[in-house]
Formats: sequence, C-alpha cells, structure tokens
Amino acid sequence: MARIDLNEIKHSYKPNPRNDDDFALKRVHTTWDDGGAYALLGPSGCGKTTMLNIISGLLKPSHGQILYDGKDVSSLQPEQRNIAQVFQFPVLYDTMTVYDNLAFPLRNRGVPSRDVDARVRKIADTLELSADLGKRAAGLSADAKQKISLGRGLVRSDVAAILFDEPLTVIDPHLKWELRRKLKEIHNEFGLTMIYVTHDQVEAMTFADKIVIMYEGEIVQTGTPEELFERPEHEFVGYFIGSPGMNFMKCTLDGDFARVNGSAIPLEEGCGVRASRLGTDFKIGIRPMYTGVFATREECGNAPAFEGRVLGVEDQGFCRIVTVQFGGQEIKARVSDSRTVVDGACWVVFPADKTRLFFNERLVG
Amino acid sequence: MGLQLKDVSKFVGQEVHLKDISLHLEPGSRYVVLGRTLAGKTSLLRVMAGLDRPSKGTVVAGGVDVTGVSVRKRNIGMVYQQFINYPSLTIYDNIASPLKIHGVPKAEVDRRVREAASMLHIDHLLDRLPAELSGGQQQRTAIARALVKDVDLLLLDEPLVNLDYKLREELRDELQKIFGQRDSVVVYTTTEPSEALMLGGNVIVMHEGRVLQVGTTTDVYQNPANVKVAQVFSDPPINFIPVSIEENCNRFGEDLCLPPTSEIAALPKGEYTFGIRSNKFSLFDLGEGYFPITGTVGLAEINGSETFIHFMHGNESYVVQEEGVHTRKVGSRIAVYAHPGDFYVFNKAGNLLVAPKHGR
Repeated sequence: MARIDLNEIKHSYKPNPRNDDDFALKRVHTTWDDGGAYALLGPSGCGKTTMLNIISGLLKPSHGQILYDGKDVSSLQPEQRNIAQVFQFPVLYDTMTVYDNLAFPLRNRGVPSRDVDARVRKIADTLELSADLGKRAAGLSADAKQKISLGRGLVRSDVAAILFDEPLTVIDPHLKWELRRKLKEIHNEFGLTMIYVTHDQVEAMTFADKIVIMYEGEIVQTGTPEELFERPEHEFVGYFIGSPGMNFMKCTLDGDFARVNGSAIPLEEGCGVRASRLGTDFKIGIRPMYTGVFATREECGNAPAFEGRVLGVEDQGFCRIVTVQFGGQEIKARVSDSRTVVDGACWVVFPADKTRLFFNERLVG
Repeated sequence: MGLQLKDVSKFVGQEVHLKDISLHLEPGSRYVVLGRTLAGKTSLLRVMAGLDRPSKGTVVAGGVDVTGVSVRKRNIGMVYQQFINYPSLTIYDNIASPLKIHGVPKAEVDRRVREAASMLHIDHLLDRLPAELSGGQQQRTAIARALVKDVDLLLLDEPLVNLDYKLREELRDELQKIFGQRDSVVVYTTTEPSEALMLGGNVIVMHEGRVLQVGTTTDVYQNPANVKVAQVFSDPPINFIPVSIEENCNRFGEDLCLPPTSEIAALPKGEYTFGIRSNKFSLFDLGEGYFPITGTVGLAEINGSETFIHFMHGNESYVVQEEGVHTRKVGSRIAVYAHPGDFYVFNKAGNLLVAPKHGR
C-alpha cells in the first residue's frame, strides 16, 4: 500500500494549450494517505477520468509528477505501477472457473500455490462467492461476474492502490447497497488504499472516508461526508451534495449581518466583519433542512424571522419540500412529514450557525 | 380522452409479461407505474401505445377499441430510457418531426417547437446536432418532441434513469409542472418510490406482471394493500418484523415485548408481520410510548440529505433513516426507538390489517 502524492499536476489533451480552458485538469496538488478510502466525485466532464488515468499510468500528465510513497512514477506504464483496477463492466476469463479467475493475478506473479489458495478462499468468503468457486464464470449473472472482477482487484495484498472506475454500474439497484457494504468491510479489514471514481453521490458518500469533489478540472474540496454537507468550501459542493442542494442568495454585508433584499440575516459572530474587506460579490448559502418555515411569527420564537410566501409543497413520503418565495427568489425548505404547510404568507428563519457566507463561489465564513 | 385496459395479458413464449390487467385511466390524469426491474412496466406501456398487441384482452381509447391498432395511427407521444433522437437532424428538426409528418403549417411548427424547447430550457441549442449535447440535453430534446403535439396519451418509460441525480432532481421538478398544464393522460414508469411521490397524481404498483394496487399516490404510500406493495413502495426498504400477538404483549424476537395500541389489541392472538418505515425509527427517545431496539451498525448509506443506517438486531436486518449527513462506524452499537402506533400490521397472507394514522 502506498501514499500517493499528486504534485502540481496539469493536463491538456491539446498540443499547445493557450489558456485555462484548454486544460482538462487545471491544477491538482494533493496527497492521499496510505490506506485511505477515497472517492473522486463530480459530474461528467469534470476531469475525474483524466485524473484516474494519470494515477493508473494510462496517461502521462503534461505537467507535474505523481509519486507513490515518494517515488516518481510519472513515466511508468500501468503494469509497472503495481496497482489493481476494477472497471465498469466485468473483466474476466469466461472459460475459467471462478477459482482460477480469482487466482490468476496471484499465479501470474508466481505466488506459491498454498498462499494463492488461502487468499482466494478468503476473498471468496468475503464476497460470498465460496459456493461458486468451482463454476465456470461464463454461466453466471452480471452481478456475480462483477463480484468476481471486484475479487480479482482485491486478491493481491501487495498492490500500491486499487482503482475502481464506476464499478457498480451494472449491478441491480437493489443489490448495490450489499456490494457497497462489502467494499467497506474489505477496506476496514485489509486497510488497502482505494480510489473510487463515480458520478454517483450515494456511492461516493457511502464508500469513502474522504471524498474528493472535482469541478471543471479542479479539486474544489476534499473532505468527509459531514464536512461536504455542513461546510461546503465551494458553491458547487453546496449544490452537488445534498438533495435538494443548498439555497444561495446574493447579499451585501452589514457587520455580522447579510442583507438580502433589505432583510438582515444574522451570520456567525465575526464572520461578516472578517469577510467585508474581500469585496462586494457575496452570497449566503443555507441547506433546506436548516431553513425554517412557519405559519406565524410566534412559532419562530425569539429568532430573527422574515416574511416569505409558500409557493408549493412536495410530498416526499418521509418529509416535505417547501418552495418559498423570499428576497425576490425561490428557495427550498425541508420540513417533517408530520407538519402541514399551506400555500401563502409564511415566516422564514435562517439559523446563524447554519448560514454560510461565500465570496467568488468560495466559502469565507 | 381516457384509456381502458380490459383483462389484458401478454405472453412471450412461456413467459408471462403481463397478467390479467384491468385499468381505467381518466382523461387529464397522471399515473406513475411503480415497480422493480422486470415487473412488467415497459410491457404495459408498449401495450398501451399499440407497439405490442396483447395476447388477451382489449385496449379502449376514448370509447373506441384500439387493440392492435398501430401506434402510428394513434395520437401518442413516447419517451424512452435511452435518449432517442435523429442523429443527423438538428435539435429543431428533431422536435419538429412529429408535426412535419402531419403537415402542420410552417409558422405553427415554428411556434410550437420554440414553445416546447423553451419549456425544457433547450431553446438556445436548436441549431445543434444531438451528438453535440450532454445526456441531459439529449433527453430534454426527446421529451420536447413528445410534448410538441397535443397527444391524447403521453408515455414515459423511466425517462430519467440514465441521468445523474442532480439532473434528475431538476427535470423531475420541471416535468411535474409541465404535466400539470396538459390534458393528455400521462403514464410514467419508475423504480423509485421518491420519484412516484414527487410526481404525485395516481400510482399503479406492479410486481411480476400483475397490478397489485391502484390509487392516489399518497393514499397507496400510506395504506399499502399488502407486504409486496409496501416493499416496492419504500426506499430504503421498509422494516418487517415477525411478531406474535399474545396476551398483553406483542412479542418480537426473544427479548422484546411492545405494548399494544387499541387497534392492535383488537386483533386475535397469533402470528403477524409488523412493518415500520425507516424514517419512523428514531435515534432519540422521543418520550412516552417509545421503546428501544438495540443493534449493530452494518453500513451507513448517504443518500442526498439523508443517512440510511443498516443495523442488525439479532438475526434480523433493519434500516433507520436519519436526517442530514452522518457517518457511522461499521460494527458500532446503536439504539433506535419506535412507537407502536407507527407500525403497519399484515396478516400471515401478507395483507394489510392496520395502518398507522398519518401525522400521528
């Protein structure tokens, strides 16, 4: 297992890149710890596949180095990098048995057959493939085949890292969580460095300890699921994580208050004052679940409350999503399914400790 | 124009794709067909559209028997899972194609294409080719084409399944508004309970080629007729607990005995299946009437703004839904609290006997 350093990496697919827009990766400079479970998450076109190819060695970056445990591997081919990869679709030998498929990566490296056997059985046991070991891969379902591919990726204990490229795409939705749990168990048990590329928020947030959010060729935040949800460092993270995404409202600063169309919304102490020197292009961001909506002023208690208008209520079964007209725009609030909210005039509350301040799309308080 | 299916079945070789389906779709109403993969949703749409002829039964549209009448002779719009557009035509011509076939005057075509395109926010892309657009934009084009003429029947087969979740969120929101403005019968298939709830209207729950329950979406969600409907209509999965009702005690597992509510107390002694939705388990003791269940955390799934914590109590696996994003260590101990009034009770045959009072 290895620590991975990405050292001032930039990549362009064009021969003579002129400006930032010509780069698929603009600047990536980060370190991933040995034994960590990471997810690379972002929408299509954000650069995550480029990044994965640079890590695996399919692509040499136009600038910068990639280090495995301090050793520069930028120019090494994938097979020289000692990594395992699992792809979107099953990659295995149809004519071989499940056992031989799992054993292949080990035998290929001349591992003694006693060790091969122990390791294959261990992995098969974890993935619940033990009963299938003697079967030919050809006759198995797509799910089972993908489990074998996962097993082939996991079977070697000496790899520097295991890279997963959207590995659960072909899995039936009702089985996905089983495999997510397996991967998590395997990570806890074997302590492998795992890098998991996906555009699926659920998969990334469930699998990884640290999530690397990519947007327009840059890493905009690396953090735990809670950090991404509670303190998104970029507006894109606020939008992309959580459903519905964060509410954003343009504002000006007035001490520790954000003014949105005349309403003075309290910020955390010192936050507005510290940020005011930056300029004028501010926004506040608040999650729908922290946005309070009440029928009367009394229900808001002592908190500063503002007049709004409920435009619609959507029932999601376990909660309701309320669309509120406030400060000249529409925002969303999430309320419990046991509350009834009616269209028309309402009061909205933005708790100061949950209201974030952004400048130029970046979190500043 | 309404649509009626009378006793429709569809067999392909030995396989049963649809079995004994009778439905009455009201004009101007919206129906979500909810079911897991292979439940028969697509087969049902194809029979409704006239793309397939049923092996048995009749299809009646606006009082006229249209069984086996080709889709081309009927006034239908359809959107598929895959983004289907004419690759060599511009977005404008793609959207205009159903009108041009019918010889609609040019000025009228132009007006309607622009209207449909602006409704789906692709009006700035009209002179591009489909291959130049993102998946989301291509699917918007296919939807605009289905909406451009005033169809009697608008059929959408899991139209958002191939889009990423943020796009799904946006389009769902827009589609709900668009459907509300139309007189067509809209039939929309999905595997996702949350999508059915969000689109509202009516729901048709399918399983293994049969229709299990039809009703307004919230009513079916709150009163699933049987165990299967409850399963299909919950994500994360609804928790089922085998319970034996004894004197003064509803016993589940070895160690738990929960006090009966008045409805439960009225049931004869015997074996039942209790069901509780994951959001009705609480991680806090909410006070009177709540009882604890302890367990070991298996996995915490983070879905949008919710955390689904899977845990084991004895040999049974349960899920509790927590608001917000939280991580939990696999193997850690957990206590959840439940209220007897939040349980569904099903008899041995799996049929609903008691439903919780909504908003209790």
